[in-house]
Amino acid sequence: MKRFVLIVVAVVGFGLIRLPLEQHLVSAQRRLQFAEFRPDLGLREQLGQLAFIAAFSGFRAIVADAAFIQAHVAWERTEWGRVLLLFRQATTLQPRALLFWDMAAWHMGWNASVAALNDRAEPRKALRVKAQREYFALARDFLERGIQFNPERPQLYESLARLYKEKYNDHARAAEFFAKAAALPGAPSYEKRFAAYELSYCEGREQEAYEALRHLYDMGERERLPTLIKRLKFLEETLNIPPDERIPD
Amino acid sequence: MSSTLNPDAGASGVGKAAEVHRLGEASRPIAGDEKAAGSSKHRVFSFRRVAAICTNTLTELARMKVFYVLLLFALILIGGSVFLARFSFQQEFQILKDISLGTMSIFSSLLAIVATARLIPQDLEDRTIYSILAKPVPRFEYLLGRLGGTLLLLGITMLAMTALFLVMLYTREQAVLHETARQMSAAPADQVAQTMQTIRAAALNVNLISGIVLIFVKACLLTSLTLFVSTFASTNIFTVVVMVFIYFIGHLQGIAREYWLHQHGAGWATRLFLAVVALVFPDLQAFNIVDEVVVGTAIPMLLVLKTAGLGLFYIVVYTALAVVVFSGKEL
Repeated sequence: MKRFVLIVVAVVGFGLIRLPLEQHLVSAQRRLQFAEFRPDLGLREQLGQLAFIAAFSGFRAIVADAAFIQAHVAWERTEWGRVLLLFRQATTLQPRALLFWDMAAWHMGWNASVAALNDRAEPRKALRVKAQREYFALARDFLERGIQFNPERPQLYESLARLYKEKYNDHARAAEFFAKAAALPGAPSYEKRFAAYELSYCEGREQEAYEALRHLYDMGERERLPTLIKRLKFLEETLNIPPDERIPD
Repeated sequence: MSSTLNPDAGASGVGKAAEVHRLGEASRPIAGDEKAAGSSKHRVFSFRRVAAICTNTLTELARMKVFYVLLLFALILIGGSVFLARFSFQQEFQILKDISLGTMSIFSSLLAIVATARLIPQDLEDRTIYSILAKPVPRFEYLLGRLGGTLLLLGITMLAMTALFLVMLYTREQAVLHETARQMSAAPADQVAQTMQTIRAAALNVNLISGIVLIFVKACLLTSLTLFVSTFASTNIFTVVVMVFIYFIGHLQGIAREYWLHQHGAGWATRLFLAVVALVFPDLQAFNIVDEVVVGTAIPMLLVLKTAGLGLFYIVVYTALAVVVFSGKEL
């Protein structure tokens, strides 16, 4: 009995000693944006009992992958509701996996939206367009939430910029998100160019766009790509830039 | 000698008899020692005795064909990679890494629990433990030897699984690089280089090794905890069941700890329950950095070292507790 009490005291004492160490470790992991996964009862309903238990037993990534693979199968069968549900599971389980956010947004914004617009079961175009816009909004929601979880990585900013550019025709917002992506470490060199291109389509911001494109042009041959030259010439015309300040033909 | 110990034990009994024999050899003072220490003075701790038990434990476990899990692991890897070839390379690499590291985690944890749980009850059943402890072998040396043998088995298994995993990932990476280079043969050199860099970054990276090391540390922690539980358990089934519960609760310990420390609105009964969970169970989730490694989060070496240090602390304390319980156990 004495030994039993001693062991219990030792276990609890060890717990008290390691408590600050564990807290310190968790804080360090939080700083690296670890453990962003927040479980709730909604997830339990979505996942089912077995997958929920697996997610809590150190196999969260595998359960997320299973949801992703199922979403891929659902996409092949064009079951858009199921695709949405499964991507919500995958992104909730692995919020730091850019791939899941990006693919979810792509399926909603580019595949499901087109399917909704061409839905033969719905004769009224207004309703089809409404459904299409709802899918655009879902794509935007995925990307915005993905950015909240991964603010330091450029990929999702770029995807959001493409969504604004290609689906909303909102060049100002597209330019804003390309510029945000370009400002982050590890961003591809074309982000800065794309931000300037998008700016050149925004009415009232031609001067700003001209300065950005001219700056890129002056950086050297590497940046003097056909689209950049074309947009720069367009802006020179629009802004009536003096001939001696224009780029050569 | 084996027939005296356990006439029905077969190969395992022979192995155990050999162990008892080796322990006899190891506990006998060697020539140099005799000169130094006088006559037949018994040493408090002998590395040779621990090594003899350790080697025998490894041999026993190897005879149980535990290395067949490697075959299963290889099949999962190969099957997985064939199936994943239909996805893009980012998807393929991410899922391949998730599946491989998840499988490594579950196999190593299962091996740690099941292999350790049977050690003491089996020795009691075979009565080998009486022959060993009848020699001048202290009980803590017996436990350390048993623990060392299991950790050695885990180490070998982890090394083999890591090698298989890295070879598979490297093979797939090379295949994707080769295919991409062929498809982009007409593209500018800097674009090709950037694409190749993206592919390489998505496949092999040094953080994977840190993740695997911490999977091993977690398995070692589970081994020492299972050893501790088995010192007061009467059967290995009890130990396995208790350890399965500890495994699940250990992954939720972090959540319980957070609520206990930061949710002051909860009732006293809830807070007491959370405190018990936080103080009694180990935080196994802290060792699961592979989820973050796979999605590309850069893991500082200091964090890996701190986590491994915490794991070592757990192992030392649980082993010490096992020694205390086992030394007072009536055999």
